[in-house]
Amino acid sequence: MIQKTIDIILDILVILFLIGGTFSMFTASVGVLRFPDIYTRLHAASKGSTLGVASILIGACIFHYTEYGIISGKLILGVLFIMLTAPVASHLISRAAHLRGAKPYGTLKDQYQEAIDKEKRRQKQQQKSK
Amino acid sequence: MAFQICINLLVALMWMFLGESYSMSGFVTGYIVGIVLLFLLRRFLKGPFYLRRVYKIVSLLLIFIKELILSNFEITKLVYAKRLDINPGIFTMETELETDWEITLLAVLITLTPGTVTLAISPDKKEMYIHAMDIIDMKEAVHSIKDSFEKHIMEVTR
Repeated sequence: MIQKTIDIILDILVILFLIGGTFSMFTASVGVLRFPDIYTRLHAASKGSTLGVASILIGACIFHYTEYGIISGKLILGVLFIMLTAPVASHLISRAAHLRGAKPYGTLKDQYQEAIDKEKRRQKQQQKSK
Repeated sequence: MAFQICINLLVALMWMFLGESYSMSGFVTGYIVGIVLLFLLRRFLKGPFYLRRVYKIVSLLLIFIKELILSNFEITKLVYAKRLDINPGIFTMETELETDWEITLLAVLITLTPGTVTLAISPDKKEMYIHAMDIIDMKEAVHSIKDSFEKHIMEVTR
């Protein structure tokens, strides 16, 4: 009896993790379509897909445990690596986009561009003084 | 820290061979015995007890997960909002962390906090450029979060 209740609870957990993960990935893809420029799109892509993949992997891990009695270390390691590498990928994409000259949406502030411009001006002055 | 882990593994192996139980459960029992021994003898070892650091690492991981879930709620709200009401912008933030490893951790954590993505790091590794969804109220929030993150990261790495 108790074993049965535990199984049902674990099944519900698996369902919740899978639905949550899928929903989060879906939200990320809708966000990529809806947001105006590459930086805001990266917000959606980096966060949504990280949580989505992580929770689907955790759901799969619990499923393997209840169904086959295996604790799959690979899946847990996958969660760790996804959480460490997805943000790094988003840094690289956004930095590359900025170096290519993609303008941010909105007219508020771009202090990174200001810093780059300042650095360039400094280099030019150095060349002139030489 | 490495020395203490080595001793702990050694105690676990000894326990396994003395008990003649060459299985995972034997190893785990030995490891727990090793932890207790190290805890009792921590006065004679160099440096602080290493499980304290493990605890710090685990708590940092929990912070990661918490921030990730919170930021997903934020993003979900924005994605399904009727009208896109955001003021994105890029701002600079100074950091006191020094080594590459620490700065990477801080950048990853900031990427996972709600509404912010780390864009780049200045060549002298003193400033970070952060893209925020709502730059006006995000700036203060990030500066307050940053202090606690930096403290946590320093506790782990130093």
